Amino acid sequence: MSVRRLAKEQPDSFAFNKKSEDEIKFWLGKYPEEKKASAVIPMLWIAQKQESWVSEPAIREIASRLDMPYIRVYEVATFYTMFNLAPVGEHLVQVCGTTPCMLRGSDELIKICKNRIGKQHEISEDGKFTWVEVECMGACANAPMIQLANGEGDHYIEDLDAEKFEKLLDDLAAGKKVEFGPQSERNASEPHGTSVLSDPSLYDGSRAKKIKLPNTEKAEG
Amino acid sequence: MVELLQDKDRIFTNLFGHHSPGLEAAKQRGAWNGTKDILEQGRHWIIDQMKASGLRGRGGAGFPTGLKWSFMPQEVGARPHYLVVNADESEPGTCKDREIMRHDPHLLIEGCMIASFAMQAHACYIYLRGEYVTERLALEKAVKEAYEAKLIGEKNTNGWPFHVYIHHGAGAYICGEETALLESLEGKKGQPRLKPPFPANAGLYGCPTTVNNVESIAVAGTILRRGAEWFSSFGRERNVGTKIFSISGHVNNPCNVEEAMSIPMKTLIETHAGGVRGGWDNLKAVIPGGSSVSLLPKDICDDVLMDFDALSAHKSGLGTAAVIVMDKSTDVVKAIARISYFYRHESCGQCTPCREGTGWMWRVLTRMAAGESTIEEIDMLLDVAGQVEGHTICALGDAAAWPVQGLIRHFRHEIEERINNYREGKPVFVSQSVAAE
Repeated sequence: MSVRRLAKEQPDSFAFNKKSEDEIKFWLGKYPEEKKASAVIPMLWIAQKQESWVSEPAIREIASRLDMPYIRVYEVATFYTMFNLAPVGEHLVQVCGTTPCMLRGSDELIKICKNRIGKQHEISEDGKFTWVEVECMGACANAPMIQLANGEGDHYIEDLDAEKFEKLLDDLAAGKKVEFGPQSERNASEPHGTSVLSDPSLYDGSRAKKIKLPNTEKAEG
Repeated sequence: MVELLQDKDRIFTNLFGHHSPGLEAAKQRGAWNGTKDILEQGRHWIIDQMKASGLRGRGGAGFPTGLKWSFMPQEVGARPHYLVVNADESEPGTCKDREIMRHDPHLLIEGCMIASFAMQAHACYIYLRGEYVTERLALEKAVKEAYEAKLIGEKNTNGWPFHVYIHHGAGAYICGEETALLESLEGKKGQPRLKPPFPANAGLYGCPTTVNNVESIAVAGTILRRGAEWFSSFGRERNVGTKIFSISGHVNNPCNVEEAMSIPMKTLIETHAGGVRGGWDNLKAVIPGGSSVSLLPKDICDDVLMDFDALSAHKSGLGTAAVIVMDKSTDVVKAIARISYFYRHESCGQCTPCREGTGWMWRVLTRMAAGESTIEEIDMLLDVAGQVEGHTICALGDAAAWPVQGLIRHFRHEIEERINNYREGKPVFVSQSVAAE
């Protein structure tokens, strides 16, 4: 397990903004009223999306909203590794380093991060980047890959190599828009150059015709 | 000659996202066709058909899905029943559920309704891993469409009051373990519960709950529409059906593909993934079912079938059917050491053998990868792995031990060679690749 602690320097206060409040309402609608503690992860996430990290006053605010002891929310914030417990740069670059990505060259991406951005978890001098090595993000057929978190949201950028990754960092540094998803000709994780899922009868509506369920004779008789 | 799965028998017809994931397009592809008729057959018919189909859980353990559904209490008492869908896809190598959620979400939502009806649940939570933000938003959109079309909701055209709620985590592999997932969904840190009580008796909020993998639920509608015997006509006995395979690592074209169970590994890799980089003879080893299962050396891969029984006969497993291919350029000790690092990072810390053992195994393997170890330590590592395995609340301890045991079982000679090279001052590891670029 990883040791995670709150940042030494903390702001004095925290308040959800209007956009966050709307989202909180949406999430609280999903759980029985007496089980609203279920919303703790979504609320911490909303706080993080607002501020780019989770501060101690934010944890207190969420605890009071959910009628949870402060320590229970603290426990959740420090257990789940996606919560940034300290401020991050404008672009948070999360490089997958687990074996399927490693086999396809994630070490090179990590090396580039070290050279260009600096130490893991620290904000680059220009304030633009923070990078971290993360564990398998479940896009192994599109390895190596990163998840980019910034003002645009959270997006996978896949089918990378050293050259494409350098270019990506250049574009981000220059404030240019970048393409999300696979950085190859692929749409997703389809096999290249095979005929899988090319049968037109799958898509011509013939499957929407009324059917008679099989194995129902007994139920009818 | 191996018969490959044909397009007409593929369940996930938009796996690659070449068509719209929206409701209308999904209906054209057959989703939500006859759902009401299915429910009208009654829950016993549904469960019997699911049992007859031979579907085994697609999340890793391979427990028969219909049987699992039948474990829920027959009568609904004071506590409501819940279906929880495990979309915390985090097993290294596995990336299949993601494609279902963003490209074929209506098959999943329909499956949720059928399964919930069969277990008399009026509410279902789908728990996605926190990283799957795009997938979560895609699924929310599909759920909204289903509500608006009155396919689900308090009053709907299918006749069973039913709600779907999307929930998410925030980066913890352990939440893929069903009781850790429930803890997390209740707003706690994801530490597995002791069983019994099993979730079917006391699961989410202490209520009867069944937790199923995304793929297991998403295939239900099509199985019932086309018939249990159709599904069970693929694969070998006890290992039937179609399955999404995720192929990653050193292949020419890594991909996800739905194939028939029991397809030979070599056929799977050569037909769909463009073959091993540098050719089949450049293969060193394959992890056939996600990082938790033992790797297999080439000579076994030559003719092994991709199913539960064939792989467990070689002390490995089908797991999530995530095939991680390693060619001869691979530093296999380092590759497994990285997997050990993963388990060290993801151990929840609740059980001592896992909390301490995962870190210990990683440190020793890291030294072994560099040759800085002794021959005796190989057996000591095996001994420690054995002390972790089977001595923890959940299977993460086992999952951390198996890859290490597999490495020593099949590549002990390589570790020994490395230790000897280091002592003799020779290069510790030399890549043996014949053709890798």
